[in-house]
Amino acid sequence: MEIRNQKDFGAGLMYIVIGLFFTIMATQYPMGTAAKMGPGYFPFWLGIVMTALGLLILVKSLSAKAAIEKIPPFNWKVIGLITGSVVAYGILLPTMGFIVAVFVLVFMSASASHEFHWKGTLINATFLIVFTYSVFVMGLKLQFPLLPFFLQ
Amino acid sequence: MDLFANLALGFDTAFTLQNLLYCLIGCVLGTLIGVLPGLGPIATIAMLLPATYALPPIAALIMLAGIYYGSQYGGSTTAILLNIPGETSSVVTAIDGYQMARNGRAGVALFTAGMGSFFAGCVATLVLAAFAAPLSQLAFKFGPAEYFSLMVLGLIGAVVLASGSLIKAIGMIVLGLLMGLIGTDVNSGVSRYAFDIPELSDGIGFVAVAMGVFGFAEIMGNLEKTDEDEGFLNKMTTMIPTKQDVKRMIPSILRGTTIGSILGILPGGGAALAAFGAYSVEKKSSKYSHEFGKGAIEGVAGPESANNAAAQTSFIPLLTLGIPPNAVMALMVGAMTIHNIQPGPQVMTSNPALFWGLIASMWIGNVMLILLNLPLIGIWVKLLKIPYRFMYPAILVFCCIGVYTVNNTVFDVYVTAAFGIIGYLFFKLGCEPPPLLLGFVLGPMMEENFRRALLLSRGDFTTFLTRPLSLGLLIAAALLVVIVALPAVKKTREEAFVED
Repeated sequence: MEIRNQKDFGAGLMYIVIGLFFTIMATQYPMGTAAKMGPGYFPFWLGIVMTALGLLILVKSLSAKAAIEKIPPFNWKVIGLITGSVVAYGILLPTMGFIVAVFVLVFMSASASHEFHWKGTLINATFLIVFTYSVFVMGLKLQFPLLPFFLQ
Repeated sequence: MDLFANLALGFDTAFTLQNLLYCLIGCVLGTLIGVLPGLGPIATIAMLLPATYALPPIAALIMLAGIYYGSQYGGSTTAILLNIPGETSSVVTAIDGYQMARNGRAGVALFTAGMGSFFAGCVATLVLAAFAAPLSQLAFKFGPAEYFSLMVLGLIGAVVLASGSLIKAIGMIVLGLLMGLIGTDVNSGVSRYAFDIPELSDGIGFVAVAMGVFGFAEIMGNLEKTDEDEGFLNKMTTMIPTKQDVKRMIPSILRGTTIGSILGILPGGGAALAAFGAYSVEKKSSKYSHEFGKGAIEGVAGPESANNAAAQTSFIPLLTLGIPPNAVMALMVGAMTIHNIQPGPQVMTSNPALFWGLIASMWIGNVMLILLNLPLIGIWVKLLKIPYRFMYPAILVFCCIGVYTVNNTVFDVYVTAAFGIIGYLFFKLGCEPPPLLLGFVLGPMMEENFRRALLLSRGDFTTFLTRPLSLGLLIAAALLVVIVALPAVKKTREEAFVED
């Protein structure tokens, strides 16, 4: 069998997996009755609706009339660097403080661009640190760990 | 008359120094993101939500609203001068606006867009003020069954009007509804889908979902495109239109305003749809239809008026019924909940200063925008020269700072990162995220009303069909699906979304 519409096939599969997950998990919560619903009732049926929608999309993607569509390739470098820079910010903020965390975030994410240049990025990082520091820390008085743990 | 007393109260509220200031900030930011391609109102409002904690609710809402309608003004500038639509709603403005600029009439095009938007904004403010009261009165007659059916209609309408594949979009709604259920169930206190992670017992953060799916995923998508379209920057010319121009633009502005005001109120409506609708009406009805695509002034006046009118009237369902008609309004629900305001008909009675102040601020904002945009156009154009490689790290920084400050925990930062990847996956699979956000906001409300309706009917599911109002709403929802499935409608609909 040929998968004509890969995008829809993937989407259908995703919906089925998520739908089944919610339905199966819902059986662990009290179901109750229609008149006195427990916490499991609504998600159980909503999960079934989701699974049904997924099945419908999946079947349609296989039909001979489906438009041929391929899933475009994933750019793992971009995903890794952007997501990585955000995670790094999360890890660094509590221990190394605001300044280091923002600096790493800017440098790591900027390196995902094919136009990356360290000099421009350095200026950008400095500008962003000064700007966000004055707006969020001094202006809006939001609480952040500012300096690395060994300087506090 | 009540309307005028209410508007007077509104202007009283909006004309304080603080509220004027936040209105101005919102309008400036809106124009800015409208000018900058690759940064839309959804991501910006999500980014700024946490920063509004410290503000009084009215100032926060005035600012966020200003960002939305302000972005409609800014988007047209780049569309006309550079052929780069800053927002989806200015895609059609670029068609004739850019051609006008090529013909040496950039100034007239910008003037037309500005005047059209201003006129539409003023009318839409009045429409909003006039319709709000009767609709809220109607909403007070709603029981849980009606609310449930209304939400079904709203969600179905949102995808019927505003997205490509219908089943996939409905799937995204359901996914959003399911995600909205994560966390502690208010009726039983049972923690659902939280896996003993304490941070999840309050549910997934709204800001984290919006920033991840719209902000991060968009950045990853944009970075993949390697061909940078620089576009040819047209020179500014005189703004003074000829008599002939004025004669041709006025009817288009009137038509655009009407179309925009109507499409804005409908579920799923909003600025982009209104602009597309107005353009096709202008093209079909104009006696200059042969000039379209070559710089017809109607092609700028109609859509620009429509998108601004719609941006404002889409507040009507939110403020009167508590149902957001599009993703930006879903974010406004988030903003209101942050400030402990439950959106719905009761806002007008329990918090009239906020309600009418917000409406009045929109008129003030429109005056500010026309002053900001026409004389200062040179400054905005300079901003276009900021390359994307400097802009996206800045977006990430603002998102990361914002999401951290919601609960002062890095857990939310990780959740946002995860939703970035999920959003990227949606993008690759052709699943559109705006319906997800709508579902996510309405999920808990929908379950609550579903439960209450069945509790009142003692478990009888026919309650949704035996109550006339509820039945009517459900029939309307079913009709929408049937109409879209008709072969003729299906074809034109698919053509309309090709350009997206």
